[in-house]
Amino acid sequence: MMGDVLLTIRDLKIEGRAGEDWLPIINGVDLTLHKGEVLGLIGESGAGKSTLGLAAMGFARDGCRISGGEINFDGIDLRKASERRKRALRGQRIAYVAQSAAASFNPAHKLIDQYCEVPVLAGIKRSKAEAEAIELYRKMQLPEPGDIGFRYPHQVSGGQLQRAMTAMAMACHPDLIIFDEPTTALDVTTQIEVLAAIRDIVREYNTAAIYITHDLAVVAQMADRIKILLRGDEIEEADTRAMLAAPRADYTKSLWAVRSFARPEQPPASGTPVVSIRNVTAGYGKIDILHDVSFDIHAGRTVAVVGESGSGKSTVARVMTGLLPPRRGEIVFGGQTLPPDYRARSRDQLRQCQMIYQMADTALNPKLRLREIIGRPAQMYLGLKGAKLRARVRELLDLIEMEPDSFIDRLPGELSGGQKQRIGIARALAAEPELIICDEVTSALDQIVQEGILKLLDRLQSDLGLAYMFITHDLATVRAIADDVVVMQKGRIVEQGPKAQLFAPPHEPYTELLLSSVPEMDPDWLTRRLRGRRGAG
Amino acid sequence: MAVLVFLAVAIAASIPLAYGFRMALMRAAPHHMAAPARDMPLTAAFGLLVILLYVIVAAFAPVLAPFPERAVVGVQFQPWDGTHLLGTDRLGRDMLSRLIYGARNTVGIAFATTALAFIVGSLLGIWAALRGGWLDQVLSRFVDALMAIPSLIFALLLLTIFGTSVTNLILVIAAVDATRVYRIARSVAQGVVVMDYIEAARLRGEGNWYLIRHEILPNALAPLVAEFGLRFCFVFLTISSLSFLGLGIQPPMADWGSMVRDNATLITFGNVTPLLPAGAIALLTVAVNFVVDWQLYRASGLKEQG
Repeated sequence: MMGDVLLTIRDLKIEGRAGEDWLPIINGVDLTLHKGEVLGLIGESGAGKSTLGLAAMGFARDGCRISGGEINFDGIDLRKASERRKRALRGQRIAYVAQSAAASFNPAHKLIDQYCEVPVLAGIKRSKAEAEAIELYRKMQLPEPGDIGFRYPHQVSGGQLQRAMTAMAMACHPDLIIFDEPTTALDVTTQIEVLAAIRDIVREYNTAAIYITHDLAVVAQMADRIKILLRGDEIEEADTRAMLAAPRADYTKSLWAVRSFARPEQPPASGTPVVSIRNVTAGYGKIDILHDVSFDIHAGRTVAVVGESGSGKSTVARVMTGLLPPRRGEIVFGGQTLPPDYRARSRDQLRQCQMIYQMADTALNPKLRLREIIGRPAQMYLGLKGAKLRARVRELLDLIEMEPDSFIDRLPGELSGGQKQRIGIARALAAEPELIICDEVTSALDQIVQEGILKLLDRLQSDLGLAYMFITHDLATVRAIADDVVVMQKGRIVEQGPKAQLFAPPHEPYTELLLSSVPEMDPDWLTRRLRGRRGAG
Repeated sequence: MAVLVFLAVAIAASIPLAYGFRMALMRAAPHHMAAPARDMPLTAAFGLLVILLYVIVAAFAPVLAPFPERAVVGVQFQPWDGTHLLGTDRLGRDMLSRLIYGARNTVGIAFATTALAFIVGSLLGIWAALRGGWLDQVLSRFVDALMAIPSLIFALLLLTIFGTSVTNLILVIAAVDATRVYRIARSVAQGVVVMDYIEAARLRGEGNWYLIRHEILPNALAPLVAEFGLRFCFVFLTISSLSFLGLGIQPPMADWGSMVRDNATLITFGNVTPLLPAGAIALLTVAVNFVVDWQLYRASGLKEQG
């Protein structure tokens, strides 16, 4: 099945500009790709995987330059080829699928108009291109393939958009497609459909692909071979099955081990809960988002609220914090009913419940120094001043494992994603709360960084006896950190209970669907799952 | 031809001047300010230098000026000579002295006006964005109504009602300009108030004043600073045009706008003296915008395309 060599990259070096200096991003990576082969590129963010993927098209982003090595695509030297020659290749023989289809489609044009652009440039008649588009939409299993192309990007869902973009990449039957994290932004239940569609179509057209991701389980389903990158260097490369069975490098082993973190089983909940959400119905305008939601959170325990996007899990957090007063029902905190609106709550009531956000970038004021970001809650709620406040901030930085002397005067922009999230945690801790709401706190982070954050949260919980409400769509995270699980769908609680009970059959149908959609490391998982699903359906 | 040569010489001279000034700043600046001083483009150094000179001239006007501001010290329209370096105006007052005092009056009033317009406009604008709802509606529609009236006519109207004094002049122009600042501050702040860190601060129980000062203003500052530079120049022009119409700074106070008008007859004789105050305005305008461009570049993180 392996064809001739399609793409060879030898000793590729890419540099990026930092002020007046050029810093290396890729330091001498080799890559060989045969016709019809799928190569998975794995690494943390900053490993250079996207840069390498783009270099396969002979392209370097603004502020980057290819400083050495060879890129040879089917006999064409892409480093020496003129811009004109490369433009003719791109879109027709090499295509690119971006991470966020929603941001990459032009919102002002219909999907099919954007599809037809490249084929028409290549000299195919518009009517023929449209017919092919509809055929491809059908193969990508998009609903109503005949009509969907005539909608605007905002009129279709995220998963459908990602499939439409893959169809667009297939338009001229390219020899090579570069997939840059195509499913990272999707829910698990949507991800599985997109994965299946991409895999089928790549096989059918015998297209070679470079599949970039940081999710090992996903790459295990898609790739024939896996290459692992770390800070611009290749760590190792092997066939998927061989790599999964026996990783050689220490770094690879650590990647594999990430998913093994699990919080020890806690004794069952007892006593009065810290928070009770009682029969809450809430919504915006005339539409109810939450319907009769009730659950408890006990001290020292973690409740994971799980569901797809649109299931209302973040709305629960907004009701609890008082940003969205409920229509019916109440929030009881330590035996006391909280006023529905946060503005009516006392300072102490506000202090008890803190929140950590998904996007640490927007949750920290970029113009304030860490000293002030972390110090402000302590100053406000606990009345600390001067030397005492300084000591407390240093203590908090120690607690989140960041060196106080080097960090206390930094701005958020000078931190990495994981460090920013740690600062978010420190800010919440500064208020000395009883409950912390974590809204998808790890979903924007790499797996290794994620694991660090989860371990930190777990340690803080056992040291300080905090209660967590953990909002997430990632069931691997739930498995790692939760004690109790609440499964939500369309604003209703489908199932709730202790983790052990929930993860053991029998399941509610929706829980079953969620659980069965989480990719596993086994390379046959997707095939098996699809067979099971199609067999059942 | 002579004018062109003069301009070329002036520009050529200002480059080493700006360079030297930047070197001096780098030496003098405290440690954490040294990096911005080093990366400062020459245009910005030149702008800062000019602004500094204007400030010095305005502050020490009585010391620097050879003659009093209002005294008639010679005959009308005396040519440039040893005693009256730039000649005299149509009443026989020393031109150089009036130029120097004019810096104090015109720049001082323009600065006070712009500062007032910015304090009022940006605070109200951010407040409206933060509170939203009816407060935003009331303030914004009121501002819209004010903006619908042509600003010069509106200023003329108000000045005729309240009378022409320096205080009234400042208040009236500030009121007119604050509406423009309000608009910008509001739209910038609207982009900031949706951020999670504002939500976090609200949930912490912070009051409006803290939110405006610590959370929003630092993030809205860059466009406001840029607007400050532009607005400052416009205020200048407004004052000058009001003075030209006779409703601005009243004689015998020296003012660059009215100095152009008063001595305009000289232009017909090919004399450049009446253009000097206009040149002073132009130079300051250019200098302020150089500095503002630099600030904007720094704040927005715009990078030149390699």
